[in-house]
Amino acid sequence: MKGVVITVKSNSVSKGTIRKVLEYIKKYWVLLGLSVLFAAVTVVLTLYAPILIGDAVDEIIGKGNVDFEALKKIIAEIVIVVAITAAAQWVMNTCNNRITYQVVKDIRSKAFQKLEILPLKYIDSHQYGDLISRVIADVDQFSDGLLMGFTQFFTGVMTIIGTLFIMLFINYKIALVVILLTPLSLFVANFVAKKTYSMFHLQSITRGEITALIDEMVGNQKVVKAFGYEDQAMERVEEVNERLRKCGLRATFFSSVTNPSTRFINGLVYTGVGLVGAISVMSGGLSVGKLTSFLSYANQYTKPFNEISGVVTELQNALASAARVFELIDEPPQAPDAPDARRLEEADGTVGLENVYFSYQPHRPLIEDLNLSVRPGQRVAIVGPTGCGKTTIINLLMRFYDVDRGRICVSGTDIRDITRKSLRENYGMVLQETWLKTGTIRENITFGKPDATEEEVVAAAKASHAHSFIKRLPNGYDTLISEDGGSLSQGQKQLLCITRVMLCLPPMLILDEATSSIDTRTEIRIQKAFAKMMQGRTSFIVAHRLSTIQEADVILVMRDGKIIEQGTHEELLQKKGFYAELYNSQFAV
Amino acid sequence: MTKLLRYLKDYRKESILSPLFKLLEASFELFVPLVMAKIIDVGIPNQDVSYIVKMCLLMVLLGVVGLVCSLTAQYYAAKAAVGFAASVRRDLFGHIQRFSYSELDTIGTSTLMTRMTSDINQVQNGVNMFLRLFMRSPFIVFGAMVMAFTIDVQSASVFAVTIPVLLIVVFAVLLISIPLYKKVQSRLDRVLMMTRENLVGARVIRAFNKEEDEISQYENAGNELKGVQLFVGRISALLNPVTYVMINVAIVALIWVGGIRVNLGSISQGDVVALINYMSQILIELVKLANLIITLTKAIACGNRIQGIFDTKSGMAEGSREPVQVQRTNKVVEFDHVGFAYQGAQEESLSGIHFTALRGQTIGIIGGTGAGKSSLVNLIARFYDATSGRVLVDGVDVKDYPFHQLRGKIGMVPQKAVLFQGTIAENLRWGKRDATEAEMYRALETAQARDFVEAKEKGLQTEVQQGGKNFSGGQKQRLTIARAVIRNPEILILDDSASALDYATDARLRKAIRRMDPDITVFLVSQRAATIQYADQIIVLDDGEMAGLGTHQELLEHCEVYQEIYYSQFPKEA
Repeated sequence: MKGVVITVKSNSVSKGTIRKVLEYIKKYWVLLGLSVLFAAVTVVLTLYAPILIGDAVDEIIGKGNVDFEALKKIIAEIVIVVAITAAAQWVMNTCNNRITYQVVKDIRSKAFQKLEILPLKYIDSHQYGDLISRVIADVDQFSDGLLMGFTQFFTGVMTIIGTLFIMLFINYKIALVVILLTPLSLFVANFVAKKTYSMFHLQSITRGEITALIDEMVGNQKVVKAFGYEDQAMERVEEVNERLRKCGLRATFFSSVTNPSTRFINGLVYTGVGLVGAISVMSGGLSVGKLTSFLSYANQYTKPFNEISGVVTELQNALASAARVFELIDEPPQAPDAPDARRLEEADGTVGLENVYFSYQPHRPLIEDLNLSVRPGQRVAIVGPTGCGKTTIINLLMRFYDVDRGRICVSGTDIRDITRKSLRENYGMVLQETWLKTGTIRENITFGKPDATEEEVVAAAKASHAHSFIKRLPNGYDTLISEDGGSLSQGQKQLLCITRVMLCLPPMLILDEATSSIDTRTEIRIQKAFAKMMQGRTSFIVAHRLSTIQEADVILVMRDGKIIEQGTHEELLQKKGFYAELYNSQFAV
Repeated sequence: MTKLLRYLKDYRKESILSPLFKLLEASFELFVPLVMAKIIDVGIPNQDVSYIVKMCLLMVLLGVVGLVCSLTAQYYAAKAAVGFAASVRRDLFGHIQRFSYSELDTIGTSTLMTRMTSDINQVQNGVNMFLRLFMRSPFIVFGAMVMAFTIDVQSASVFAVTIPVLLIVVFAVLLISIPLYKKVQSRLDRVLMMTRENLVGARVIRAFNKEEDEISQYENAGNELKGVQLFVGRISALLNPVTYVMINVAIVALIWVGGIRVNLGSISQGDVVALINYMSQILIELVKLANLIITLTKAIACGNRIQGIFDTKSGMAEGSREPVQVQRTNKVVEFDHVGFAYQGAQEESLSGIHFTALRGQTIGIIGGTGAGKSSLVNLIARFYDATSGRVLVDGVDVKDYPFHQLRGKIGMVPQKAVLFQGTIAENLRWGKRDATEAEMYRALETAQARDFVEAKEKGLQTEVQQGGKNFSGGQKQRLTIARAVIRNPEILILDDSASALDYATDARLRKAIRRMDPDITVFLVSQRAATIQYADQIIVLDDGEMAGLGTHQELLEHCEVYQEIYYSQFPKEA
């Protein structure tokens, strides 16, 4: 959660959030209308039922004075009313469920879509745990609040209005007393809700913090074990946990203050009605029977206030969560493709870097004035000490990041004038960090070409020497790979990543230290396959293995973001410069 | 779930007081109508305004006392629920930390994450609601029933029928929905996993232009989740209407039975009204109870999932809690005919591994992908247990050590370079808690990392982002090496951890390690023949078996696998 400024949310912020939530709900106005309609039916009938019951009671006057015929009629009426009420209630609930889960799904999809178009810079600089907690936990919290809001808010409001009418009908003077006292209840509810919002926000932030910490510690539990860091990890979790407990207690308690407080206010209203009512009765303006029914309606009238204020707190909570999700959704996406960006069909393989400047942080220049011209089909090996900017070049070539100055051209066109999709289609990439999807081996291999035939898949796997180990897995190509590649070894994962590219064979290749986890025996075979694959394809290879590099057409020797030497293996050796030094050190111990 | 409730023990006082105060509040609430009745029965007929005012003041007083009781109850409930959740979270984390690699492999990170976050939150909500309502609602339900019986036994029999039937319905809904909520959670798990996967694999997904596909797959997962949620929603949406119908049917029955009783003169009209009022009161409480049950259902489903993690016991018992006495021997690490198979795997990943590493030796381990190199070194620190044979460190079976003592002897540099959020210094202190700055620089120097750390503006205080994203692969590897050497381990294990380093740096690194302390036993796992060529012993692994053991010269003469590896990297003519 570092990097998120904790601001005390002003009303305008939550208003903005409400507006956004309404945007999402708007789509389901039909369901919303149905929900309101059936809520109205429910409320009217619920208020009507007691009147019928009262009528029934009036038919039971005393010994030998019970009108069973009339009673039967009224009872039949009650049964019908109750049946309709129950049905309306069920329809209303179902509509509410539907709206809530739809909206929640929509929001989650929106957030996920945003993840796919966020600049990598954002993803690289945020904790996964925090982003995950926004998409999962916050959206969940929001869904709970929204559902409760729907189910109880409408019925609550309508019960209040309905009861108000009946009370005005019975005696408008006392009804006015009730109406005048009502704002007090709303005021208290509002006051508590405001307080609660900021506490929930803090709780939300702290939850994000603990999620990020746990994600790090559980996700890297193996390292934690190797260093016997368990106790310290525990200490750190305990520290945040303790803070979460404290702010969680405050948030939970204050949110639960609303109910008793409004109930207390309601008690005052009830007392007020009793006082004024009793005095009216003495002065003859009201019958005792009327007062009794008035009191019972006053009671009914104030109950929904309790519910509504409960809902308000829950909604505050939900809005605090929604605000965090919207923060993610509203994050500016990567610069979209230029409007006149053209599709790069089959690239011819010329790549040019002209006066390229780039840095991750503005004040820490990394690549300065980099120039490079690659002819079609050339094999470019990039070598140099670690941290000299080799991986960065890949980020720039693939347009994961945009250059600060200068330009990169493919087939003579600035890559910013080409659609990202078509640019990336022309590259096959194997990164050092192997990433596989949860799914079968086959799904992973056909990642870039989902319509590949069985023969193509097997051919690609054979070409990258993955076929033999895949064959030996319990379910062959249909073996499920769990999260993070599960039980596959690093090398096996790498082989699958290579197979994945082998299947698509785009005109240009990028290999980032791709072979570093594969044993040399396999590597030799892969290199042969690569050599075949690279024929006629422009390739960029970032590797530390001299054997990989020896066959390159051009070797770029990089140091501190600059290309300091350039040439073939032999040329560079004869130059007796930095490259020669690197090469010779291979034999030094 | 029930087992989780022991965490409420620390909050026994709160867990008892909260429902009690809630009961008090409910009783005060029941008093109010009685006072109002007094106003009507006594105040009004006597035209006694001061009596009415007094009674009204009494009602206000009851309100105040009720408010205080209620706030107390809410506070204790919140305290117990939040504290309960915090304890569960702490212990669950502690429990996960006791898992061996095997359990971590099988359960998976994202499952553990949901358990630790949203599941615990749900349980917290459940406990909070439960404490607030579980006494109050039944108290009013049964209170009303008892009152009904005092009025008229025959009419009250309607209550005796209705309430059990209601309870059965409520429990039936509960029983149907619990497994469904489990389903909801597993769908949610999937959504979480996909989110995580897309963050980690953002580069690959974009490189393959798979954004659209990922979005549509996510859409599917989202729809599946929504589908189950709607299904569960439809069932729980039945609860309120059904209870409403049943109560009203009961009221109709009351009117009918009451009518007959009144006709016979057994009870009065007022009694019927009272009976109906009690029934309505029961309805209101039941609605609350139904909501409580829905929350509880979710909480119990989540609680069981948490319990499931607690029930997963680590397959590896710590040898002893107390440090074992170790004789300083020359045989630092001994593998005695060791075999090893991963959990659930049919074939052994290692078999017949037998060698002795002496103090101060460098042991090179080389072999193909999947030959078992990492598995072998993972057995030394007992990340996994050997399935046959014995692994001895300093002459003692690793199974007899406390983890801390064993792992304290070892400096491990895993294949995957993992750094943690914090500063470089904090990352180094993973290796040694009280490391001084001088020690840190010495370790960085050995790991060939001093230059680039010093080049950073803030040096040791440079922030490391999550997963070390702001360092290159090679820099990360060197920092992880520094983290291991800083503890001056007796055994240093480098599991192919210099793969991202260029040859020159790699060579300097090995030299520096040798200079550190002549007594360190170093295990070097590598793909590069050059890296292990000067080791005192080289273990050549081929498909989990030892294809050779000896020095470079010996192996080059006799070991076919080694020859193949070596000559592929150093062509004979070179």
